[in-house]
Amino acid sequence: MYGKGIIKGMGVTLKRFIDTYVDDLKRGKKRYHTAEGIAYRSSAEVSGAFTIQYPEEKALLPEEFRFIPFLVYDVEPDGTKKDRCTACGICAKVCPPQCIWIVRATDPQTGKPSPVSVDFYVDVDICMNCGLCAEFCPFDSIKMDHDYEIAVYDRMKYNIYDKEKLSKSASYYASIRPVNYAREEKARAEAEAAKAARKKAV
Amino acid sequence: MPEDLNTPGVEIPPELRGTVTLTTIDRIYNWGRRSSVWPVMFGLACCAIEMICTAASRFDFSRFGMEVMRPSPRQADLLLVSGTVTKKMLPQIVRLYNQMAEPRYVVAMGACASGGGPFKEGYNVVPGIDRYLPVDVYIPGCPPTPQALLNGLITLQKKIDNQSIKDLSWYSKTPDNGIPVPVFGPDIIDPRQNALIFDITHRPVDIAVESESAEKTSGEEA
Amino acid sequence: MSDIAQATTVPTLEERFSGKLIPETRSGYQGYIVKSENLIEVATTLRDELGYDYLSSVTAVDYLPEDILEVVYHFYKSTGGGALVLKVQTPRNASVVSSLTPLFPGAEFQEREVWDLLGVRFDGHPDLRRILTWEGFAGHPLRKDWKEPFYEGDVKPYDSRWPAGHISRAEDNNPFGSNVQYPQGFDPAAWVAEGDDALYRIMKKAEPDSDAEHLGSEQIIVNFGPQHPSTHGVFRMVVSLDGETIVDLKPVMGYLHRNHEKIAERNTFLMNMPFTDRLDYICSMSNNFGYALAVEKLLNIQVPERAEYIRVIMAELTRLSNHMIAIGTLLNDMGAYFTPMLYYLEERELILDIFEAVSGSRMMCNYFRFGGVVRDLPDGILEKIKPLVFDRFPRTIDELDVYLTQNEVVRARCEGVGVLTPDQAIAFSAAGPTLRASGVPYDIRRADPYSIYDRFDFDVVVGYHGDVYDRYLVRMEEMRQSIRIIQQAVNTIPEGPILQGAPKYQFRVPAGEAYGRVEGPKGELGFYVISNGKGNPWRYHVRAPSFINVTPLTEMCRGGKVADAIITLGSIDIVLGETDR
Repeated sequence: MYGKGIIKGMGVTLKRFIDTYVDDLKRGKKRYHTAEGIAYRSSAEVSGAFTIQYPEEKALLPEEFRFIPFLVYDVEPDGTKKDRCTACGICAKVCPPQCIWIVRATDPQTGKPSPVSVDFYVDVDICMNCGLCAEFCPFDSIKMDHDYEIAVYDRMKYNIYDKEKLSKSASYYASIRPVNYAREEKARAEAEAAKAARKKAV
Repeated sequence: MPEDLNTPGVEIPPELRGTVTLTTIDRIYNWGRRSSVWPVMFGLACCAIEMICTAASRFDFSRFGMEVMRPSPRQADLLLVSGTVTKKMLPQIVRLYNQMAEPRYVVAMGACASGGGPFKEGYNVVPGIDRYLPVDVYIPGCPPTPQALLNGLITLQKKIDNQSIKDLSWYSKTPDNGIPVPVFGPDIIDPRQNALIFDITHRPVDIAVESESAEKTSGEEA
Repeated sequence: MSDIAQATTVPTLEERFSGKLIPETRSGYQGYIVKSENLIEVATTLRDELGYDYLSSVTAVDYLPEDILEVVYHFYKSTGGGALVLKVQTPRNASVVSSLTPLFPGAEFQEREVWDLLGVRFDGHPDLRRILTWEGFAGHPLRKDWKEPFYEGDVKPYDSRWPAGHISRAEDNNPFGSNVQYPQGFDPAAWVAEGDDALYRIMKKAEPDSDAEHLGSEQIIVNFGPQHPSTHGVFRMVVSLDGETIVDLKPVMGYLHRNHEKIAERNTFLMNMPFTDRLDYICSMSNNFGYALAVEKLLNIQVPERAEYIRVIMAELTRLSNHMIAIGTLLNDMGAYFTPMLYYLEERELILDIFEAVSGSRMMCNYFRFGGVVRDLPDGILEKIKPLVFDRFPRTIDELDVYLTQNEVVRARCEGVGVLTPDQAIAFSAAGPTLRASGVPYDIRRADPYSIYDRFDFDVVVGYHGDVYDRYLVRMEEMRQSIRIIQQAVNTIPEGPILQGAPKYQFRVPAGEAYGRVEGPKGELGFYVISNGKGNPWRYHVRAPSFINVTPLTEMCRGGKVADAIITLGSIDIVLGETDR
């Protein structure tokens, strides 16, 4: 019969149309605005309305998600902030569009370079979110952030991030990347233990 | 009607509450515009794919009234510049902007449209569409995820909410002749810079070299 | 692979062309050097007698220190096997080479690109105009002595970033405040832009209808795009119409020419990896794959087993994701505005979730490294891929097959439209589903295997009519074959390291050339990389399937209707990031 293909096809769309309501009725109130609802709608079993209603619901971001970089500082027991960055410059060298500028400090007495950065800039209008800076930082001090809500009205004023804007605490880092944080802390503790053991041996 | 439209700052007598609502022209005008911003169906590069994903079912932007993407700029409100702006494409983009009917907005989506992005050093790349068009919102990212784009569009809506009819450029008395369309020369020529180009290319060569290196250190030039 | 080709044909070729083919002597290089006057004869013999009928890539290299502009040709046999590389060396200031376009029509756009970017003139080319920049552009940008307006240094990393990184915006350092430069003595007010008259003049016109001489009729030239809802990006087709019938069609591109190759010469080898993501921006894992293969050939390193399996899984998921968009947009072009696209995008979102979990980004994955992949699969990701690949995708693809394939409207619009015969497909260097739908069973995963594809059981999908409907069917079936490969890979993936050696960001790549190619979802994606022993590539060229698949567009659309041209373009499945680079 001519038209059979079209009718069968419309059967498919009808089925999906009905599935939308069937699924809503089946899951009821729990389908929207709950964490399990979002998880269900992002999984392979999803059927029915697939929408994740930003801004009331936010899609789950996996740990590896990368957006703009940020600098990690540790908080000492007495409350002072200690930057992990030693101004080694590897991130600036490895950045493909060269959007990182670092000014390394010099020791006022000896005149030699000191492992602290005076200024650290990232031009967010050039950053391509590749993550190479975070991948090659030897001190775990620059990491990729998860914050994507950074739209602005005026790029000249806001889109060059200075050290102040880039610095976030290690506890923030642990909250967005727990598995990576745990692994790095373990490696750091092992390195400390090995160093202490070598000192003792000497 | 949303709650905030209902509070113009004027007291409504108790017997009329529930029957009469008072609002200001600004609020209702802004509410109408911000709830139905129609983008031009205009995608340049990778960011366009994220824009399509935003229009698709997972991050539906028809919840914001923006699903009507019009291919014709005459019928659209928003030029969502998504992708790298190249010099070859630039005259077309400026023409599209000129053809859009007011009220119109421009959103630079992604690093390339904001400031040239990773391709900024290329010889065929324009370092940001704001060299030519007035941009309302910049959304960084390469590409901005659909949620970041939705955040940017919500930021645009907030901007529209705060606009006032008295200050809008499209109701002002001075005519808006649009932006002059760039011309393909040995490099792209912005007609607004004709005098500057003539000036710099007609300096005797040694002075030009000296002044360019002076410009590099001082970072100043008209 | 190329060693095998040379080993079996060296006696034949050298005997055949005594004196005309000189084997390469530079270390790390392969192939033969030919003089321009002998090129046509050699190429004709290669094609007609030796079976090298597929000219895959035409590009050129600027060797400034030796004052040579070298044009490089990669020939393949359409029955499979490795490459035969020919090179023609010309002096930089007077570079003229005989054009291969009359013999191999697929060389047309590639030779135009070489003229545009490097300044090699091709004698006998039917239409030698600039293709990626515009007429009137000053200079040939890819030459080593041509500096772009925002030029900061020959190679990255730039000294100005560290340790005294005083930040400045690049536009503030340029007297015009933008990325422009003009020749000395230029007067903008007196400049008259060349415009498109040259293009419009060469468009063919229809024959005047002798019966209807008394009727006034007009030829119309219509521009499709670059802003058009159906051109898949900023692509322009200039069409000469006789009523509704297309008499001639000329594609115009370069609207997204982002200077990938020039930027790549400034970048280090590793820095190019995220830039390859942005070539075919829908299939970033495939692009990474091709580039990694090319540089791994130069570095001569092996990839661990687990990394190979991960690469194959990611490449095939990319193929699924790409074909979903390709079919969705094809249906969009036909007028089924957005419903099939929405269904396909829903499935694609699930694949993008996997990419996001594995590499950190939905589209710009930057996941492959030289010698493996950047990080191992996160815990639990295989448990996420398995239900998708074993249950959901086969089910939904079958459902969408029922929805679309036998639809009478789809069949009426697609059957017999945009036909490309097998001989034409090979002559035009078409690749991927476009080539296979015309009856040529050439799939690089079988013809010239790379990575571990020879361990998997899958079929090469071929269609025999060469029309739009066959290209659609080939893509549907390729999705099923990809699912088959992923099912096998996911079941047999071993444990082990995922990167050969320690992660490095500085690579001293030995001098030489390498051409690494993969069967991307759109066709043969090749990377021609030349290293001079330092940390930055000397030359980097991308053999873009989308760019070359557009070459037969004129042939396919001539005589058809306007609406047919739209869906023919949709069936070739181009992505502008790759077409224009």
